[in-house]
Amino acid sequence: MDVMPKWADVILIPLISILLAAILSAIVILAIGENPWEALKLMVSGALGSTYGWGYTLYYATNFIFTGLAVAIAFHARMFNIGGEGQALIGGLGVALACLFIPWPHWTLALLGAAVMAALFGAAWAAIPAFLQAKRGSHIVITTIMFNFIAAALLNYLLIGALKVPGSMEPATAKFPEATHLPSFQDMFNFGDTTFFRGAPANITFFVGLAACVALWALIWRTRLGYEIRSFGHSESAAKYAGISPTRIIMVSMLISGGLAGMMAINNVQGEAERLVLNAVEGAGFIGIAVALMGRSHPFGVLLAALLFGFLYQGGAELALWTSIPRELIIVIQALVILFTGALDNMVRMPLERLFLSMRRAKNEGRTI
Amino acid sequence: MTDTAPAIELKGISKAFGPVQANKDISIRVMPGTIHGIIGENGAGKSTLMSILYGFYKADAGEIFISGKKTTIPDSQAAIAAGIGMVFQHFKLVENFTVLENVVLGAEDSGLLRPSLARARRELKSLAEEYELNVDPDALIEEVGVGMQQRVEILKALYRKADILILDEPTGVLTPAEADHLFRILENLKREGKTIILITHKLREIMDITDTVSVMRRGEMTATVKTAETNPAQLAELMVGRKVLLRVDKKPAEVGKKILEVKNLNVTDSQGVHRVKDVSFDIHAGEILGIAGVAGNGQSELLEVLGGYEKATGSIKVNGEEIDLTGAHSDGQSRRARGISHVPEDRQREGLIMDFHAWENTAFGYHHDARYQKSSILMDNAAIRRDTEEKMARFDVRPPNPQLAAKNFSGGNQQKIVLAREIERNPDLLLIGQPTRGVDIGAIEFIHQQIVALRDQGKAILLVSVELEEILSLSDRIAVMFDGKIMGERMPQDTNEKELGLLMAGMTAAPAGPVHQAVEAQLAHAGTNPSKEV
Repeated sequence: MDVMPKWADVILIPLISILLAAILSAIVILAIGENPWEALKLMVSGALGSTYGWGYTLYYATNFIFTGLAVAIAFHARMFNIGGEGQALIGGLGVALACLFIPWPHWTLALLGAAVMAALFGAAWAAIPAFLQAKRGSHIVITTIMFNFIAAALLNYLLIGALKVPGSMEPATAKFPEATHLPSFQDMFNFGDTTFFRGAPANITFFVGLAACVALWALIWRTRLGYEIRSFGHSESAAKYAGISPTRIIMVSMLISGGLAGMMAINNVQGEAERLVLNAVEGAGFIGIAVALMGRSHPFGVLLAALLFGFLYQGGAELALWTSIPRELIIVIQALVILFTGALDNMVRMPLERLFLSMRRAKNEGRTI
Repeated sequence: MTDTAPAIELKGISKAFGPVQANKDISIRVMPGTIHGIIGENGAGKSTLMSILYGFYKADAGEIFISGKKTTIPDSQAAIAAGIGMVFQHFKLVENFTVLENVVLGAEDSGLLRPSLARARRELKSLAEEYELNVDPDALIEEVGVGMQQRVEILKALYRKADILILDEPTGVLTPAEADHLFRILENLKREGKTIILITHKLREIMDITDTVSVMRRGEMTATVKTAETNPAQLAELMVGRKVLLRVDKKPAEVGKKILEVKNLNVTDSQGVHRVKDVSFDIHAGEILGIAGVAGNGQSELLEVLGGYEKATGSIKVNGEEIDLTGAHSDGQSRRARGISHVPEDRQREGLIMDFHAWENTAFGYHHDARYQKSSILMDNAAIRRDTEEKMARFDVRPPNPQLAAKNFSGGNQQKIVLAREIERNPDLLLIGQPTRGVDIGAIEFIHQQIVALRDQGKAILLVSVELEEILSLSDRIAVMFDGKIMGERMPQDTNEKELGLLMAGMTAAPAGPVHQAVEAQLAHAGTNPSKEV
């Protein structure tokens, strides 16, 4: 029998963790002489108080959905893919090549083509560490981290060389052609006189992200492949007994993972920047780890966690803009959320489990009397 | 005797882990200079009780008296100080230290090692003479056999001046000759006034050596009786709570055509150790071939090769057709397709995924079967659940809830889930390793019946077990493995535990000197070390 009801595990624990992180953040803000209540109000209104704020929150969230899902699917195979950052960078390269060199007639086809390229490039970047893990036993954490650096160096090289606009001083590709531009929320939710999401970067990729959540959920819980991935993740020895090839599962799960991380690029590269710039991923690959941890590697959990982190990102930017709270403190707050939801999970879980146990025991005794 | 205080007295010990009441109001008195057996099924609470006595767990309620004095035991240091020594089922020795260093470890006299080692050497010598506890003080642990490792554990306790010795399932990894030797040591210890608590699930050991025996069932102490005044059937009944058939009822085998033919099989593991050496045997339809042997003599590798997840050289034919031992078809899926089902030795590591629901485990290994598919990529989870419900009913799995995770079933019910999955697939050949390890007596009876029933349907069965009794009662033919080789085949009616015990130690005839010494020399020579396996 499980110790806790499921709702406590998936809702109560993350909520308490966030609350604890918020309390600690409030203390830190107090310590630097600002009003935490005002700060919170500013964050909420900045991130959620207008469609403009929402437009940014959802844009960031879209990035985190993809990188979070990438880490989550790898977790199911007990692979720790820290390389989301590099895979998303290389995915961006795929998007840039697709958009710059293929004459797309319409944005729908461009989206499709760029998504495929992004996924292929990201997957290819994950394939090498996956192969090394499966065949040589090189630890995936080490190799994927190293591949982040290689990816960054590669993009540096290309963006100051082959892909740079001749004569430009900026390490970036040329602007993508008009036909590849994705509809932003501003274009999509334009009802005559009132314009929503004006100037915000959120675009149609958000819905691609939602679809990815549903697709990954079905893959993990409804398909044979997902069953094999989960089996392998829970017990490699049992998977071998059942005739599930470890090499195949490591390769396939990491290819899916890398592909998802790569697909983040259709949001930030094709959707927002409309060209490939240096360091386009901006740490979203690492945030994905926190998102997957907090979302319990469940696609819908990842969605919720990505929204939370999108809120923190956008709210934090507002905070830095309107108060003297430095930008770095926002990172502290995000770190606290990661700390409490990821690393200190047991700190909340244990007492809560004890609480539920004693509640159940009390109930059982009441029944026997 | 009435005026001596008991060496150990426990009063009203209770301990709960979450909703599970592991020990419920347990009271027990063990008089000094006796051997007291504690018997019970897996999960009856024996180990919990001993862990409380050794300071690993804190009891929720109850008192401990050592030699009449109320004692609290917050940790193992306190237990040692109170004169309690413990020999665990899985030895706690440093493999690359010598015997002497292991004995001294944690009980050094000072910062300098040399005087401690010298004192330990003297003490070990006198202990060896006193109790027949001979060990080579300078041998490395990794190079000595299990029997000696166990003696080192006992010496460790005695070196720390233990008067009360607790042994947890001490004979699990020993050959019968080694077990007899261990019992002689225990008798010697008892004669010198030591108190011994022997935890076991083997009725025979209780009957052979103990003075009194306590029976535990579901966390409660159901009875404490004088061994001389009881019998195995009564003890079994006390353990299970109902009458149990200790013997397997079976008709003579009706042997059919040859199903499995193994020829010159060799296995070298990833460390380069030659595990299976030139093994050849056959199994026919309607026959159970039992493979006896001390754990770690190549039986596991043999099962793994047949099950498809270990490479080998040689030849294996099933129904007259060669199977792939190294190439693309040497995996569990191909084996299943060839009509081989496999109940693995370690159900928690291999046979089940402990975090999966029972229904997910029912499809495990057979998840490619057409009956479990909804389309080419989607699985039909509802069909699997229905199938699980039927299997649970037929195999009496309790509780019959397909949604429960495998880890929440008892050992016996976990084994039934695996067995149901493998047997109901209607294989030509069933591989079954340690079918009743960690399984309660009541379920053992059921599992044995199922195996015999499958044989009577004309299936070939390869049974690997370290329980000699199980091999003897189930098998139609017995092969004994030692050091990767098959030492010989015997018919169960023409052999006995003693002969098999010698074969298990690699001897075809009784040696001239003391049996246990010869056995041990042989085992050490072979370099088999089952303790590493577990």
